[in-house]
Amino acid sequence: MAEKGKTKEFKWQRKHLLGLRELTAEEITYILDTAQGFEEISARAVKKAPPLRGKLVVNLFFEDSTRTRNSFALAANRLSADVVEFTKKDSSVSKGETLLDTARNLEAMGIDIVVIRHNAGGAPTLLSKYINACVVNAGDGYCEHPTQGLLDVFTIRKRKGSLKGLKIAIVGDISHSRVARSDMWAMTKLGAEVTFVGPPTLMPPKVEQLPVKISYSLDDVIEKVDVINMLRIQFERLGGNPFPSVREYSHYFGLTVERMKRAKPDILVMHPGPINRGLEIESEVADGKNSVILQQVTNGVTVRMAVLFLVNQAAAEKQAEAQNG
Amino acid sequence: MKVLLNAKQIDSILNKLTNRIVADIPEGVEIAVIGIRSRGEIVAQRLAKRLSEKIGSDIPCGTLDITLYRDDLNSPKSGSQPRVRTTEIRFNIDDKIIILVDDVLHTGRSARAAMDALIDLGRPKAIRLAVLVDRAGREFPIQADYAGYKAVAKPEQLVQVLLKESDNKEQVIVE
Repeated sequence: MAEKGKTKEFKWQRKHLLGLRELTAEEITYILDTAQGFEEISARAVKKAPPLRGKLVVNLFFEDSTRTRNSFALAANRLSADVVEFTKKDSSVSKGETLLDTARNLEAMGIDIVVIRHNAGGAPTLLSKYINACVVNAGDGYCEHPTQGLLDVFTIRKRKGSLKGLKIAIVGDISHSRVARSDMWAMTKLGAEVTFVGPPTLMPPKVEQLPVKISYSLDDVIEKVDVINMLRIQFERLGGNPFPSVREYSHYFGLTVERMKRAKPDILVMHPGPINRGLEIESEVADGKNSVILQQVTNGVTVRMAVLFLVNQAAAEKQAEAQNG
Repeated sequence: MKVLLNAKQIDSILNKLTNRIVADIPEGVEIAVIGIRSRGEIVAQRLAKRLSEKIGSDIPCGTLDITLYRDDLNSPKSGSQPRVRTTEIRFNIDDKIIILVDDVLHTGRSARAAMDALIDLGRPKAIRLAVLVDRAGREFPIQADYAGYKAVAKPEQLVQVLLKESDNKEQVIVE
């Protein structure tokens, strides 16, 4: 079991996963490599392994979510952790001080990992400063959705071998998209070239300071990219009139069968879900041979298992260090 | 450092192990070889090759990563962080006799973890433990069915199997 002679092996040291912006390429790669070891669990007869046995994971969701919440719950269950759901509906929550109050209450229940989604950017970071448990960001405001970014690069790496040199377009409502941000950090750190595509009204302020190219025309980029990630139009977040009509948006920025004819034959079509069929993506494309949308969902569980495992490992090591002086 | 076995001796031990395993296979039962990462994997591949030649049919061979089944995940020692690697077993283990292979049998903890991991994959007819080197220091009630070489080592000493596939040399050493 002992492995000697290897020079300075990489060591995972973060007990929180708050965002991908702060991670190095090496750390991201380490998570992806670790995730590969978890893939097999979901494929076998007994879809469970014991590393988080006796650990308590809390899903603390201040925003609606089905997919991400279930994906985290499943990931925790597959690693034999216990999961407590704590959602906005069954708690009279109102941001700020109550977040900390909630956190202190959770602490008193003896939790090990908090998976938090919050509409305020930075909420997971704030939480991580006040509690001992590991904190995993499941989406904060328009800032980050790190596990989505990780599962996206995991999916791409699996299909393309590597991110290096790939041209990737992220299309749609960039300004309200934490997925676009986490994707951007993960993809560019791993060597891909990212272009944000969308109408100027849906670009975030100071977008030119980000490590991306910008295009206001899907037709200009469709032929050049190896991967295209179609963001959902999030009507619940859109204020004002960012585009004249849904039809017009669809006409200029929808991934249609017609547009796909001009794309590279091996282009990967991605979508973080849930999809608005016929709006940002046509059904035939979403269900077509280039689509990896359902693989993204499968890979989401895998990557989240790896993240839960790693933060727990780091916490265990920190605790052991503290005990040994 | 002392060399316990050289390349030639390792080769002859693998042959002996192969012969003993073949002699024990009951009529009409399939066997498969599964190695524990990482040195066990290499020993398993070599054993599977020899077994296949001897029996005259392909013996399936797989690799087991036991990291998720280790008993020290929650009490880590400083310096060595467990690294999750892939388990690659592309055959059904149900009803087969599984020859579980590791390079060194020491505390027995790896073998315990490996058995738990295997049972999550199916229900083998039997699990037999084959190791290249057996040394004292058991902490669990586990013994090898096939032990190639019994090494004498003090508790604080490290017995290491070095193989050309992973270490560019072929020897068993104690230090």
